[in-house]
Amino acid sequence: MDLTLARVRHARRRVRRPGRLAYLTLAAVAFFSAFPLYYSVVVGSLDNSALGQVPPPVLPGPNLLSNIQRVFATVPFDLALLNTAVVAGAITFSQILSSTLAGFAFAKLRFRGRNGLYLGVVATMMVPTQLGIIPLYMMMAEIGWIDTLYAVIAPSLVSAFGVFFMAQYLSGAIPGELIEAARVDGCTTFGLFWRVILPLARPAAAVLGMLTFMNAWNDFFWPLVVLSPENPTVQVALSTVSSGYSVDYSFVLAATTVGTLPLLVVAAVFGRQIIQGIMHGALKG
Amino acid sequence: MLRSWLYRLDTKASPYLYILPFFALFAALSAFPLLYTGWVSLHDWSLLEDEHAFLGAANYLTLLADPAFWNALFNTVSILVLSTVPQLLLALLLAHLLSGRLRGQTFWRLSLLLPNLTSVAAVAIIFGQLFGRDYGLVNWVLGVFGAGQIDWAAGTASSHAAISAMVIWRWTGYNALIYLAAMQAVPQSLHEAAIIDGASSLQRLRKITIPAIRPTIIFTVIVSTIGGMQMFAEPLLFGGGQPGGGNDHQFQTLTLYLFEAGFGRFDLGFASATAWVMFALVLVAAAVNYLLIRRIRST
Repeated sequence: MDLTLARVRHARRRVRRPGRLAYLTLAAVAFFSAFPLYYSVVVGSLDNSALGQVPPPVLPGPNLLSNIQRVFATVPFDLALLNTAVVAGAITFSQILSSTLAGFAFAKLRFRGRNGLYLGVVATMMVPTQLGIIPLYMMMAEIGWIDTLYAVIAPSLVSAFGVFFMAQYLSGAIPGELIEAARVDGCTTFGLFWRVILPLARPAAAVLGMLTFMNAWNDFFWPLVVLSPENPTVQVALSTVSSGYSVDYSFVLAATTVGTLPLLVVAAVFGRQIIQGIMHGALKG
Repeated sequence: MLRSWLYRLDTKASPYLYILPFFALFAALSAFPLLYTGWVSLHDWSLLEDEHAFLGAANYLTLLADPAFWNALFNTVSILVLSTVPQLLLALLLAHLLSGRLRGQTFWRLSLLLPNLTSVAAVAIIFGQLFGRDYGLVNWVLGVFGAGQIDWAAGTASSHAAISAMVIWRWTGYNALIYLAAMQAVPQSLHEAAIIDGASSLQRLRKITIPAIRPTIIFTVIVSTIGGMQMFAEPLLFGGGQPGGGNDHQFQTLTLYLFEAGFGRFDLGFASATAWVMFALVLVAAAVNYLLIRRIRST
């Protein structure tokens, strides 16, 4: 009897407390996660001629700032940072708004065709809409938006994932009684949205906003298609830099460091929420 | 009378107003372009001309007769397999390790997320340097162990391996976080009972965890497949920004092939045919993987 109890306790401990091997493996993973980023700072802070050394340099050198200055002097990187901030900001705002509106309707309102339409939203999450770029490009050319930020922003104004994410959150987080009570008090649908839903949706909207902002900041294919090297986003500028000056690695990696830094700052501040967002969104999917 | 009519209007009709922004913009900027691709693909459609001659299936026949297309398909599938299989297995193992009560949870999870925060372009550039022929760190490490200098971009297998390394680095931690979320819903008592019966940690992963989180595994496999079939930035930047995918097209993926036709030669009709075929291939690949992975049975 006592023996069994002891074994159960032992089992509980083993499930809960991972051993040394787990920490060792995780430390290795953390090293491999961070090393390429660290190494790009190392290369970006050296003179290009230092790269030929044997063994290769593993410590940062003194030239990071001068390399970064060279980047800003050669390509319009300040414009790229500004453009990317505008694009990512606009996309984030629009996706939060449209997703909260639609998510509210799907989660809390009754209307004909609701289930079918919601199924449609979920299904389109899996559709590779990127494959529509040829007509999209033709449309943008027709309107005269090629090489403008409008062309980058427009296709990302809404996302099926955002609607799904908000609908899932709102259906779980807001009790039906609250909606009914507001209705009994004579609240219109818009009043319900404005006074009840919007304040309560804030935590999920923040998480969705961060995920959207990161995706928009890192988006590559479409901006590369519609923008020119003279009016780039950060990713387009990185592409230009790495294609045109491929031999000068310290130059290229200094640029990469500058382009990556803003997101690392975001991660340092909001990392916990971003992780929760990814884990939460996945669980529902 | 008027009030009740207004009330009815508000409850019956206004829900559609709330979903309208999403559906209107999605229809105009995502669904329509995707469908219109099919129409363009039936024409000789150049960006510079106003007349678009109807070709019927000619673009598709040219595409299917082009060895470069089959080469791109082979490269895409090869890189997809090389990157997805190790990535998801590794992610499962890591999530299993992280599922216990670790000290410093947030730190370990952040370190998993770090690569995913880095943009694809940055990852491709950094790994392009690491896998460089002359000054690359990977070749230096291999040299220490006596292996020769590998020109990673030159060979088919070596370039696929280098590109897969980028994908694996960027996505393993992300998938581990997703598995971790699913694993937290697996009852502790199952694991405790298995330990009492003498099951090792790996046995528990195989016999309890994997069957229990099967839907999540299916989800990640399908998402990885859809993403992998459209791989673009990594091979583009690994090839110095050229859509050719190396001197012998040894790492030209389908999206690079499409990009070359559409925005290199501005042959929009042919590029659209490529996009439609890719769309079908993505569906087939996702379905095949779904059927394969569905065979994980709970025991």
